[in-house]
Amino acid sequence: MNRRQLIHAAAAIATLLALTACGDKAAPPAPKKADAPKAPEVQVVKIGVASPLTGAQAHIGIDIRNGVQLAIEDANKAGVSIGGKAVKLEMVAEDDEANPTKATTVAQKLADAKVSAVVGHFNSGASIPASKIYADAGIPQISPSSTNPDYTLKGYKTTFRVVAHDGQQGPTLGRFALDKLKAKTIAVIDDSTAYGQGLADNFEAAVKVGGAKLVAREHTTDKDTDFKAILTKIKGKNPDLIMFGGIDPQAGPMKKQMAELGIKVPLIGGDGMQTPNFIKLAGEASEGTMASIPGLPKDKMPGGTEFLAKYKAKFNAEVELFAPMGYDAVMVFIEAMKRAGSSDPAKFLPEISKTNYNGVIGPIAFDEKGDLTNGPITIYVVKGGKWEALETVTPNTGANNTSKAEAPKDAAKK
Amino acid sequence: MDIFLQQILNGLLLGSIYALVALGYTMVYGILGLINFAHGDIVMVGALVAWSVISALGASLPVPTVLLLATAAAIVVCVVLGLVVERAAYRPLRHAPRLAPLITAIGVSILIQYSAALVWGKQYLSLPEIVKPGQIEFGGAQITTTQAFIFVLACAIMAALLWFVKASRMGRAMRATEQNPDVAGLMGVNTTRVIAFTFALGASIGAIAGVMVVLYYGQGHYFMGFMLGLKAFTAAVLGGIGNIPGAMLGGLLLGLIESLAAGYMGDITGGVFGSNYRDVYAFIVLVLVLMLRPSGLMGVGSGDRA
Repeated sequence: MNRRQLIHAAAAIATLLALTACGDKAAPPAPKKADAPKAPEVQVVKIGVASPLTGAQAHIGIDIRNGVQLAIEDANKAGVSIGGKAVKLEMVAEDDEANPTKATTVAQKLADAKVSAVVGHFNSGASIPASKIYADAGIPQISPSSTNPDYTLKGYKTTFRVVAHDGQQGPTLGRFALDKLKAKTIAVIDDSTAYGQGLADNFEAAVKVGGAKLVAREHTTDKDTDFKAILTKIKGKNPDLIMFGGIDPQAGPMKKQMAELGIKVPLIGGDGMQTPNFIKLAGEASEGTMASIPGLPKDKMPGGTEFLAKYKAKFNAEVELFAPMGYDAVMVFIEAMKRAGSSDPAKFLPEISKTNYNGVIGPIAFDEKGDLTNGPITIYVVKGGKWEALETVTPNTGANNTSKAEAPKDAAKK
Repeated sequence: MDIFLQQILNGLLLGSIYALVALGYTMVYGILGLINFAHGDIVMVGALVAWSVISALGASLPVPTVLLLATAAAIVVCVVLGLVVERAAYRPLRHAPRLAPLITAIGVSILIQYSAALVWGKQYLSLPEIVKPGQIEFGGAQITTTQAFIFVLACAIMAALLWFVKASRMGRAMRATEQNPDVAGLMGVNTTRVIAFTFALGASIGAIAGVMVVLYYGQGHYFMGFMLGLKAFTAAVLGGIGNIPGAMLGGLLLGLIESLAAGYMGDITGGVFGSNYRDVYAFIVLVLVLMLRPSGLMGVGSGDRA
């Protein structure tokens, strides 16, 4: 009996192995079929895209892949010539399942497939481990969506992103508070987490440099629900504005308790509290609260309306979030290849750093770390029980042409 | 001055919730000499049951009806849970060494927490604002009608409990069992029933506290009973565990200490001990009380009973 079970188990494992092996082999033949009928002088340039295509975040991952696909089709339709030779672009899409371990496997697979460049990954947790593999293989990587500052701090020449990172949110919020809200005295609260405290510290530094007075710096935790004591203390200091670095389960009751204590000044925070849940928790008190999210609202992007229509026509679906970033990432690669006259990563990689491209999401340029300079951040405000886009702030306000030269210097100071 | 008054009011309100929860600890300790660490989690279950009822009924019924139904449901579930815990986990260990029921209590606490996580999930559950509170101005300080209602209700429950224990037949039986279960048994008191009743009473008061928390803060989650339970336990020890008026006093005092410490310690110490140490003060007080006056503020040196 035991023996039979053993045999069954072995058989099951063998079948599984065979299936996985088949799965691995099934992908590569497709591209071969595609380039077989082409004339030999048309060179094929492969662009990889890695994002979660299955699981809970699949809708966002597929959105990114669709953006890349659209860009490649558009480029092929217009005709791309690199170094005087016509080339055909081809997409290699991989599923990283939003899983850091799977992300490295997928990255190696893309490197082995000799892709010229990669758009991905979606999650910071996936982009960061994968970035080492791309760096070792010398393949440039543009993440359309990863906002963790660490992603570009590994010192790799190959990592870029086309979205503002978390470290840019705090200073931008700070500038918004000073310039637009004219706040002179500010109280700052954080939830003692890496995200909340980081955001609050960046905000605090920016408003102090800007000449505002920090009247109170208070802390709570990401488990607490009673903020009356610290809010009462803040009330006694009479600030013009209260900033909270944290997420909605605290921000909601906090805003409600502010109203109960008769604190009339607005509350401002980061993307962690720009959620419908915040409004639900704070109730009517949520009105007038401001919070930021990196990026532009999709219908406000320079190429937004056109892109949304094109996307809808092609995929019969609405853009979720990051398809425009995926689209632009491909275009940035193509532009760099054109300027370098080569699709060899070693040759066109230096050109990516010099990018000055007007994409769907707006002007794209990178600093020396590979972060988007002038990455826009949109401030939303609660109006009539809904988050509404109030204003978009770019870290360095000014025309993109003039700011290009000084942008990296500025970013380095931060 | 109005800021100081506001901090006092904040502290009293927070303290009244601690006091209600602390009653559950102190009553059970008084009778069994057992620290029922699962009590905070029973409060959590009460809060989440109320959340479910309010979310399900929503605006379909008048607000007072919804609140009454939610409170009733929370009380029923918590009383049943309290009785089951007593019957299944503590009664078999009544004559075991004192450490055994204590460890069991921690086990029951974890069991309830993760069962709740299975039922309600691990995310924060939020409740839309169903009562639109009015503002009451009070010597420059602001409180809402909800807060005032919670505070008055908490005081009423405490007063009723004091009367019940002093004057009713069951209350007398509870006091007798507390003094000496064996002699009380010989005098015809059904101590097993009295103990079960005490658990049920503590659980129902805890359920009401849970409803207050979920209504006032608008959210709950499966882990919320842990910190609340720990604070309430501290309050019970501060006032003298086993002593009912002591638990009330301890709860109110603890609320005041937290509120004033978070409000003023930062400025007094020049920002060294800011509001991030708020929870620390509660436990510093616990350590000091255990060191200097182990029987608590209102406790009589009970010696080593049981």
